[in-house]
This record gives sequence, C-alpha cells and structure tokens, in this order.
Amino acid sequence: MGDSQYSFSLTTFSPSGKLVQIEHALTAVGSGQTSLGIKASNGVVIATEKKLPSILVDEASVQKIQTLTPNIGVVYSGMGPDSRVLVRKSRKQAEQYYRLYKEPIPVTQLVRETATVMQEFTQSGGVRPFGVSLLVAGYDDKGPQLYQVDPSGSYFSWKASAMGKNVSNAKTFLEKRYTEEMELDDAVHTAILTLKEGFEGQISGKNIEIGMIGNDRIFKVLSPSEVEDYLQEAE
Amino acid sequence: MRRKALAFDHFLHLNVGKCSNFGSGVIFEYNGSALVAMVGKNCFAIASDRRLGVQLQTIATDFQKIYRIHHTLFIGLAGLATDTQTLYQRLVFRHKLYHLREERDMKPETFASLVSAVLYEKRFGPYFCQPVIAGLGDDDKPFICTMDSIGAKELAKDFVVAGTASESLYGACESMFKPDMEAEELFETISQALISSVDRDCLSGWGGHVYLVTPTEVTERILKGRMD
Repeated sequence: MGDSQYSFSLTTFSPSGKLVQIEHALTAVGSGQTSLGIKASNGVVIATEKKLPSILVDEASVQKIQTLTPNIGVVYSGMGPDSRVLVRKSRKQAEQYYRLYKEPIPVTQLVRETATVMQEFTQSGGVRPFGVSLLVAGYDDKGPQLYQVDPSGSYFSWKASAMGKNVSNAKTFLEKRYTEEMELDDAVHTAILTLKEGFEGQISGKNIEIGMIGNDRIFKVLSPSEVEDYLQEAE
Repeated sequence: MRRKALAFDHFLHLNVGKCSNFGSGVIFEYNGSALVAMVGKNCFAIASDRRLGVQLQTIATDFQKIYRIHHTLFIGLAGLATDTQTLYQRLVFRHKLYHLREERDMKPETFASLVSAVLYEKRFGPYFCQPVIAGLGDDDKPFICTMDSIGAKELAKDFVVAGTASESLYGACESMFKPDMEAEELFETISQALISSVDRDCLSGWGGHVYLVTPTEVTERILKGRMD
C-alpha cells in the first residue's frame, strides 16, 4: 500500500536494541503539558494544565479530560489529536464488551485493550506510534484504579503519577505527599498543589482541568467554578 | 409468555433450507432430550435425562447433557446432539480465555449474555440447541434462564425447561414447584418432575442426571426410572 519506500515499519530496532520512534514519541509526551493522577482510598483524581495558545481561545470548548465509560475517565500528555483517536477506539471497545457480556468493562481490561492498540501502531507498516501517554482513572469491583499507558503500549498501575513537562518535580512532590489512607478530597488538594509547583502564571479554574471518581462510581469532570472552590480551599 | 421463546423454534429452520429430510421442528426431535432447572433457597438444581437416540433407535443410555462451566455454573443443552457438543466446546473455550484474562469466573448473568451472543452469531444457520443455564450469582443468589436456538433469553424465578419433553415438564414443574425449597426437598421435587415427564415422552428417558448446587457443595446423583 502506498510508496514501497514507506511500507515497512517505521519502528525498526536500532543496534542498541531500542525502538527509536518510541523514544521520540516519549519525548513528544515529555514536552506536553503536565498531567497527573492520584489514587485515594475511596476514589481517583486526575488533573492537567490547560494552557491555551492565546487568550482568544474559548476555553470552555476545550476538554482534555474525557470519559471512556460512566466509571472510567482519561487524561493525556502529548498530542491532543492522537489522544482523541485513542479515546474513540477505547469507547468503542468498552461498548463492544458491554454488548457481549451485558456487564461494564473492568478497568484493567479496557487499559489492556487500549495498550494493545498502541502497541499495534509500533509494529505495523506505514504508521507511527501515538504521541501521547494516557492516565486512566476508574472505579470498578476491584476498587479505585489508576493506570498509565505509554506510546510503546506498556501500562502500569500507579498509586500516584505524573507525565509531561514537569514530571520529575511533580513525582518528587507526590512521593513526599502521598499516603495510602488519603481520601478523595485530600487527593484533589494534593493534585492542585502538585500542579501549582510547576505552574507558570496564575492558576485558576480556567487553566486547569480536574476529573474525579468516588464510591458512587461516576466519573465526572469538574466545572471551572467547582475547580475554583477547590483552589480556594487549597490556598 | 413462557412458551414464546420455544414456539419460534418450530418454524425457525424452515428458513434454513438445508434440512431437506426434516419438516417443521423435527430437527430438534432427532436425538431427544429433557432438561429442567429449578431455584431453591440459596441453591439450585439442574437435571436431564440420559438417552441419546437416532430417531426411534436408542444409541446410548448414559449421554451427558449437562456440562460444568465452573464450580457454580452449569449449562444444560437440549436439541441436536452434535450441535450441543460443539456449542459446549465453544463456550468452555470462551470461558477459559475469559478466566485467564480477567482472573475471575464468569457470573451466570454474564455467561447467559455470552451464550445469547454466540447463538445469534449464527442467526441464519443456527445451532439446533436450546440451552438451560443455572448458576449462583453475586451473594450466592441462584440464577436460571433458558433461551431459544437463536439466543432469545428467558429469565425465570422458579424453573426453566427445555427439550422434547418440555411440554410435560412445564405441567409437572408448575404443579410440583414451591418457592424457597431447601436442597433435599428441591432434589426430590426436580427428580419427580423429570421422571414423570420423560415417562410421557418416547424420545427421552433411560434415567436421570441431577446436579444440586449450594454455595458450599455440588451433589451429582443418577436417577433410575423406567428404562425405556
């Protein structure tokens, strides 16, 4: 299909045993806006910076945190358009599972299927890896769960994690602040403080996004005014 | 209401067009079977006859029609024997993969949805089977259901029946069933219903096979009835 020069896989091994395209994809992720997630004892929170290229952009139209199923949400760091493709595929897979089993898909299964898609794009002809890492937050019968999925297709379960520009500072901050007994509201405050650490400019309800899921198992993205309330509490 | 799902099967394979030797509904009567499942108090029982025939000739008197999916989930399959065996193999395959991927057993309701989907895949060239599914769900609540050969589910709170002896089974169960029976009484009831119904059906019989399932144990018993 297409020009024969490009019909081999772009992700071919280098002599050092690396897949250079995946390394480059991770670099693309690392220069994306910071996002993070924290798993509390009774829920999960994910958050991201929402820096828009100009003040003229209508920030209400931009939503980085998306719902995959009523009880699973996702945030990304990296290339927005790539994340939209993955969100679309994941939603379809979740619905196919439901159609077959009449049961909501467990978080681990959805993460695995999404990771499989990402891996396929590292071993097919004429395609490039996705330039995003995803943080998937969900609540199912196994309790609250937080997973990170990388462009290579590997996925990890985290108690707390960060991705994007400020990743090392954010992770150090989270390591210090994280406790196993943390509850959801504490986790939201910690998330806000972590975002504040590397934030350039004034943080507000309009330039960050927060999504959370609690015991009710309904994932929701907070509105800007709800974010403002949490911001004021965190002051 | 109860008969709705089963009535469809009688006309179903007129559309299939391949069975030139069989008239309406007769494909389901080629081998003969009787299946019944009943709900008790925190337990269930599933029972079948043991005959395998080729029309009027009896071939085997120990033919298995109830299969175990996992320790608290059983499926009984009535209808054409080759289809029941193949369908069982496919379902066990699906469940084994599910168990490996999800690291848990399937709930009975989930399994019933899977069976329905598998049957509907063959909508225009179906398996000539009628499944009876029985299992313990969340909190050990008993679950039973049946469906027609293309996957129309029929849930019931008391009992479900399938096979060539189904009409007699309906009558026997309706009169003998009581809600919330304990395990021993449930066993007696389902056994009597099965034996009396297969005695009125020439294509099923030669004894019975009863599984009684409680949260703690599974009991398998063979019944001796009229051996004809």
